[in-house]
Amino acid sequence: MQCDICGKKKATVHLTEIVDQQMSEMHLCEECARQKSVQMEQQFGLADLLAGLADMGSKTGTTTNKEAAAAAKTAALTCAKCNLSYDDFRKFGRLGCGHCYISFKEQLDALLKKIHGSNHHLGKMIAKTKKTVALPKNKKDDLSTLRQDLQEAIHSEDFEKAALIRDKIRDLEKKDK
Amino acid sequence: MRLDDLINHTGEWLKGTGPYAHIVTSSRVRLARNLSSFPFPNKCSKKELDEVLETIDKAVSQIDLLKDCANLHISDLDSVDRQFLVERHLMSHDHASNPEGKGLVLSKEEILSVMINEEDHFRIQVMQSGLNLTETWKIINALDDALSSKLGYAFYPEWGFLTACPTNTGTAMRGSVMLHLPALVMTKQINKVLTAISKLSFASRGFYGEGTQASGNFYQISNQVSLGHSEEDIIQNINGLIKQIIEQEEQARQALQLQNRPMLEDKICRSYGLLKHAHIISSQETIELLSMVRLGIDMGILSDVSHKTINQLFLMIQPAHLQKIEGKKLNAFERDTKRASLIRQKLGG
Repeated sequence: MQCDICGKKKATVHLTEIVDQQMSEMHLCEECARQKSVQMEQQFGLADLLAGLADMGSKTGTTTNKEAAAAAKTAALTCAKCNLSYDDFRKFGRLGCGHCYISFKEQLDALLKKIHGSNHHLGKMIAKTKKTVALPKNKKDDLSTLRQDLQEAIHSEDFEKAALIRDKIRDLEKKDK
Repeated sequence: MRLDDLINHTGEWLKGTGPYAHIVTSSRVRLARNLSSFPFPNKCSKKELDEVLETIDKAVSQIDLLKDCANLHISDLDSVDRQFLVERHLMSHDHASNPEGKGLVLSKEEILSVMINEEDHFRIQVMQSGLNLTETWKIINALDDALSSKLGYAFYPEWGFLTACPTNTGTAMRGSVMLHLPALVMTKQINKVLTAISKLSFASRGFYGEGTQASGNFYQISNQVSLGHSEEDIIQNINGLIKQIIEQEEQARQALQLQNRPMLEDKICRSYGLLKHAHIISSQETIELLSMVRLGIDMGILSDVSHKTINQLFLMIQPAHLQKIEGKKLNAFERDTKRASLIRQKLGG
């Protein structure tokens, strides 16, 4: 028997797959089987793990009607800009546009914390004049705006201004606690 | 710059110099960036992908640091050329397998490359030889500054750089270091090391990229967490971890030497002999033997061959490279003979 994929080498690996209750058999040579298994591993990749994580918030098993309704509501959430549904994000593990971060803010806040152990950017900032995604302001946003201002002040070597901003940040952080 | 010109040399990052070059082959930093005015590539129409490509191409052409770069559209390349670029670590498998609307900007020494319209609108990569993440970060940071002055990034101060996959959000930075760890493998300590690495939220993969098994005793270690730390902190953390692994590998090498130097010499010299005289050889066998020869150089057992030659061979023995060198398509058997003759020629067998 020859390999189903390359049709050249002898098939030594026999693979049975069940997709949607349909059983299919494949006969592969060692090389093609190896490639296929790499593909399969990649298919069960990040998206599956992410989907698992994104689901973790909603309890499985015995759920009250109220909880089920809330879960259904989350799944039906859709990004106003690119039309991606939260359900599709859970399935494929990819967001559709920058605006998705606003549309799914609540869910992503929790997810980012699970993935990274933090949901607050402490890295590089970009100049404020550039077009950036604007999010509704809240207390935390004020903090991050201040942090951005601080970076800019340091960058332009305006250390007096930087010191003032640093003190403001400290005050805000104290209030946060 | 023509793609065929690359064949006659390998990238600067494989030259086998820099700090800890006996264990660390190369350092790489990658930044993912998206434009605020377009959906992410997976949600882009064909027309939008082309517009993104055009927008980024235009910005690239205005930046001094990228002046002498080649600017390739992947759909213009044939399958061997695409595979060739993947083998050289200049772009990903995904980028090659679905070429529509995708681009690649590439510097002559292959230090720097930009993948356009992969998972994100663009991903900048900078590679250096040896353990050199700090320098690598400086180069890529300057390039990112230049690009951000021309392009409106998808950025949100609270969450940093917005990426298609939330595992990259924040700094959207991945720093990786390629390590050659034959002694940890031979003394059966490698699994302990890898387990510790994953517990510390670092990832390890093989020389030949994502989804590949470690082969030739090469391990690529990179950060998993991209949010909640500054880029400098992430790099410092990787550096700290890598230095510990280097120390472990050095101790294991010492132990191997003390335990049974004649056996080690025999294994290394036999590997060298096989490579110098074989007429048919598979890539897997080659990789294992090259790994032993590399160790032989580090331990002062072999002196008539350089790190650079061995590093280059790891790259050149791959299928698309052999076919580019030969200038035609080769089947598996033809590749195995071509591979053997290339190695004999490089090692003076």
